[in-house]
Amino acid sequence: MTATAIADRSAVPLHEDGKRATAVDRFNHIQLLEAESIHILREVVAEFQNPVMLYSIGKDSSVMLRLAQKAFYPAPIPFPLLHVDTGYKFDEMLEFRDRYTSELGVKLIVWRNEEALADGANPVRLGTQRCCGLLKTQALLDGLRAHGFDAAFGGARRDEEKSRAKERIFSFRDSTGQWDPKNQRPELWNLFNARIGLRESIRVFPLSNWTELDIWHYIHLEKIPIVPLYLAKERRMLVRGDSLIPVEQSFVQGLPGEEQWVKCRLRSLGCSPCTGAIRSDADTVPKIIAELMAVRNSERANRIIDHDQDGSMEIKKREGYF
Amino acid sequence: MSFAEEQLDAAARGMAVDDLDARIEEQLEAERGKDLLRFSTAGSVDDGKSTLIGRLLYDSRNVYDDHVRAVTRDAAIDFAQLTDGLRAEREQGITIDVAYRYFSTAKRKFIIADTPGHEQYTRNMATGASTADVAIVLVDARKGILDQTRRHACIASLLGIPTVIAAINKMDLMEFSQEVFEQHRRDLEALAQRLEIPELIPVPVSALEGDNIVHRSQRMPWYTGQSLLGLLETVPLAIERAHAGLRFPVQRVLRPHQDFRGFAGQIAAGTVRPGDEVVALPSGFRTRVRSISTWDGELDVARAPQSVVLTLEDERDISRGEMIASASAPPHRTTRFEATVVWMHATPLRAGATYLLKHTSQTVRAHVAEIRSRIDVEHLEERGTDQLALNDIGRVVIETSRPLLADTYRESRSTGSLILIDSADNATAGAGMIRSITDAAETTTTVAQASGALITLGARPHLAAELESALLGTNVLVLRTRARGVRAELLAVARLGAVVLAESDTSGPVLLTTGDAGAAETHVLAGEQATEILNELQRLGAIPTGDTDDDAVTR
Ligand SMILES: Nc1nc2c(ncn2[C@@H]2O[C@H](COP(=O)(O)OP(=O)(O)OP(=O)(O)O)[C@@H](O)[C@H]2O)c(=O)[nH]1
Ligand SMILES: [Mg+2]
Repeated sequence: MTATAIADRSAVPLHEDGKRATAVDRFNHIQLLEAESIHILREVVAEFQNPVMLYSIGKDSSVMLRLAQKAFYPAPIPFPLLHVDTGYKFDEMLEFRDRYTSELGVKLIVWRNEEALADGANPVRLGTQRCCGLLKTQALLDGLRAHGFDAAFGGARRDEEKSRAKERIFSFRDSTGQWDPKNQRPELWNLFNARIGLRESIRVFPLSNWTELDIWHYIHLEKIPIVPLYLAKERRMLVRGDSLIPVEQSFVQGLPGEEQWVKCRLRSLGCSPCTGAIRSDADTVPKIIAELMAVRNSERANRIIDHDQDGSMEIKKREGYF
Repeated sequence: MSFAEEQLDAAARGMAVDDLDARIEEQLEAERGKDLLRFSTAGSVDDGKSTLIGRLLYDSRNVYDDHVRAVTRDAAIDFAQLTDGLRAEREQGITIDVAYRYFSTAKRKFIIADTPGHEQYTRNMATGASTADVAIVLVDARKGILDQTRRHACIASLLGIPTVIAAINKMDLMEFSQEVFEQHRRDLEALAQRLEIPELIPVPVSALEGDNIVHRSQRMPWYTGQSLLGLLETVPLAIERAHAGLRFPVQRVLRPHQDFRGFAGQIAAGTVRPGDEVVALPSGFRTRVRSISTWDGELDVARAPQSVVLTLEDERDISRGEMIASASAPPHRTTRFEATVVWMHATPLRAGATYLLKHTSQTVRAHVAEIRSRIDVEHLEERGTDQLALNDIGRVVIETSRPLLADTYRESRSTGSLILIDSADNATAGAGMIRSITDAAETTTTVAQASGALITLGARPHLAAELESALLGTNVLVLRTRARGVRAELLAVARLGAVVLAESDTSGPVLLTTGDAGAAETHVLAGEQATEILNELQRLGAIPTGDTDDDAVTR
C-alpha cells in the first residue's frame, strides 16, 4: 500500500463493464482492519501506565509490529517487546528475532523459566500440557509481573480457534492473570473500557478481526519480513504417519528410517518439538496464499499442543512414542 | 541490506515470478475489491441462531475439515458447536457470549457476530450488534415472537441497524407451511414498523436441515425469494449518512522531537485535507491543517475511518480527549443531554448516581440527572420509572463534569455513542446513544476536572519522586511538600484539584485521602510502587484518566 493508494480512488477496482466501483469512497477490508488495529494500539498506550507487546516471532507478531510502527510514526514504538522463550524455539526464529528487533531499534525483553529448564523440563519428559504450563504460561505470567506490565498486546486472532472467537479485544485479567470467559465485559462500538484495579491487567488483541489470509495478504502488500521457516524448502524431518516433526532437539529422536529430507514448511511457529510441518511447495508469499485458499484444515491442526485440551489419550500415546 | 530487502532479493533470485504468482496477485486484487458486511444474529434462546450460522459456514464451504470433525458425533454434525466455543456453552447447550466468525464468498466478505439469546446475556447481544450493518432476527416457527425477540429487535433498532433479515426457523417442524410463515411474517412486519426499522426481509428456513440457508429449498416452492446467503450477498451496505463535518478525536499527542507535534487519532466522521480550516474543541481555537502524516507518507486527503496523524499550522497544546473538527460544521459542545441507555449492571441505574463516562477518547465523570422512561418490552411502550434494572432499556438525562464534543447517534455513530463505567468495580455498566443535546453555554463554567488527593508517604523519598514525575506527565497539579502540622491546609489544596505528596520522617503505611465533596475519606495503600498508587488514584477518580501526553516525555 503506498501513501496515495489509501486515498486515491483510482485504487478502487474496475467493474467488468469498465466503470469504477459504484461505492466510491470505500476502503478495502485490509485498510479497514489496519485502521482499527492502529486505533486499538494507540488507545492502550494512552490509557495504560506500562504496556508491553508479546512478541512471538511469528507472522502475526510481525504484522502487529508493523502496525505498531505505523500507529506511532514518526515517534518510536513507545513500549518494549516481551518474548517468552521456552528454550525450544527454532534457531532460525531466534536469529530472526535478534536481528529484526535490533534493526527496528525496539527494546526486547526475553523471559525464560530458567528454573524449570535447569530441572530439565521438556515436552517428552513432562508431556505437552505440563511443559507448556511451565515454560509458556508460567514464564509469561512471571515476566509480566516482574516488570509490572498492566497491559499486554497479543497477536491472537479470533479465526484461529473457537474459544478465541469468543474473546474481547480488551480482555480483562484478574490479579492472578486468569480469564473468566463467562463474565467478560461488554464491548460496544470501539469504546474500550480500560479501567483496572490494583494488580489486575488487560490483554489486548489488535488483530482480533484479521483472518489468516488477511495476515498473509498484508505481509505481501507491506513486504513484511518473516522467519524463513514459513517458506517451503527441503528440510530434515521425522516422517511419522501424516506428521512431519522437525529435528532440532536431541530428545526428539526418530526410529530408523523416519528421518528424511522433505520439502515442507511451517504454517504456524511454536516450539520445535511440538510444531508439525506440512508438505508444501510454497516458497514465496503468494504461493503460501494460494495454498491457503485451497486448504481444508485449520492452521493449528498441525500444532500438537492444541489437541491436548480435551482428549488426553492421544497425548499419552505421543508421549510414549517419543 | 535490510531484512525486508534481503528476503525480496532471495525471492527474486530463487524463484522467478511465475504464472502462479501473477494469478494470485489477481485473486488478491479481487479479494480487495469485495465489500465487507458485518452482521449479527438475534432472537430468543434456542431459536436456532448458532445452528443457522454453523449451517451457513458449512454449506458455503467456509469451515475447516478438522473443525467439522471435532463437532461430529455418530455421523451427525452439531452445527451450533461450530460457534459455541466455550466449554460451558457446550455443557449447557446455550450460547453465553458472542462468537465472531469470518467468511467470504465470491461476492462479499463477512464478519459474523453470533450472539446469545438468553436474557441474562443481553449485554453480549448488544456487544455483537453494536458494529453490525445487518441483523438476522430469528423466530422459532412453532413459537413466533417472544419477549426476547422484541428486546433484541428493539436493541437492533436503537443501535441503528438499518436492515433486518427475519429468519423464520424450524420450518421442518411445521411441515414447511406457507400459512405459518405468512402469520409470522405479518407479526414481524408489524414489529418492524413499530420499531421504525427501515427494512425487514422475511425468509423461511430450516437451519438444521439447510433449507434456504445457502441453497434454495425444494420443500418450500411457494417461497420465491433468495436464500439467506443470497440476501446477505445483495443487501445494500449500511453507508453511514454522509456526514458534513470532520470529527477527529485526539487519541494521543506524538512529539518525537521539538519540531514535530502531531495529533494521532482515528477519523470518526468526515474528510480532511491539508489547508482545511479546523477548530480544536473544547478550547474553540481555530487553525488550519498543515499535514496528514502516516507511516506510508503524507496524504492529500483522509476520511473516516482512517487512523492518521494531523499536524496543524499553529503550535497549540491539544491533548487526548479533545477534538479537532470542521470549523464550519462543528459538533455540539455539551454537558447535558438525553441518551437511550441499555443497562448492563446488576445494580440498577438511578437518578443521582455518578459513573465514569467514556465518549470518543475522553473519560469524564457523569451524573445521572433524570430517568425519563423505561421501555416495556412486552408492549413496546415507554413507561415512567425511577430506575433501570439489568437488561432494561430507557431514556436518561446525563450531565458531565467536562463538556463532550458530540453529535446525536443518528447523525454519527461514533460521536453519538458512549459507555458508562462503574467506578467501584470498573464494570461496563451501560451503553448509551445520544438522542438530544443541550448545548453548553459558550462561557466555560469550569467544573473541576478532577478531585485531588492527599498522599501521606512518610519517609519514602524514592516513591515520592517516582510519583511526582509520573503525575506531572498526566497534566495534574502536583504539590510535593515536607511541611508539618498543616494537614487541613493540604487537604484544602487537594480539594482544589491538586495531588499533594506529603513526606515526613515517620514510618507508617501510605495513606491516601480524597477531598471529594467535603467529607474526607482515607484509604490505606498497600503498594510501595508508584504504578499501584497511580492505579488506586485513578480508580478513586482522583486524577483525570488518559491525559498522558507526549511519547517522548513519558516513555
Ligand atoms: N428441527 C429443527 N431444530 C432446530 C433448527 N434450528 C435449530 N434447531 C435446534 O434448536 C436447538 C437450539 O439451537 P441453537 O442453535 O443452539 O439455538 P440458539 O438460538 O443459538 O440458542 P442460544 O444461542 O442459546 O440463544 C438445537 O437443539 C438445534 O438442533 C431447525 O431448523 N429445525
Ligand atoms: Mg446460540
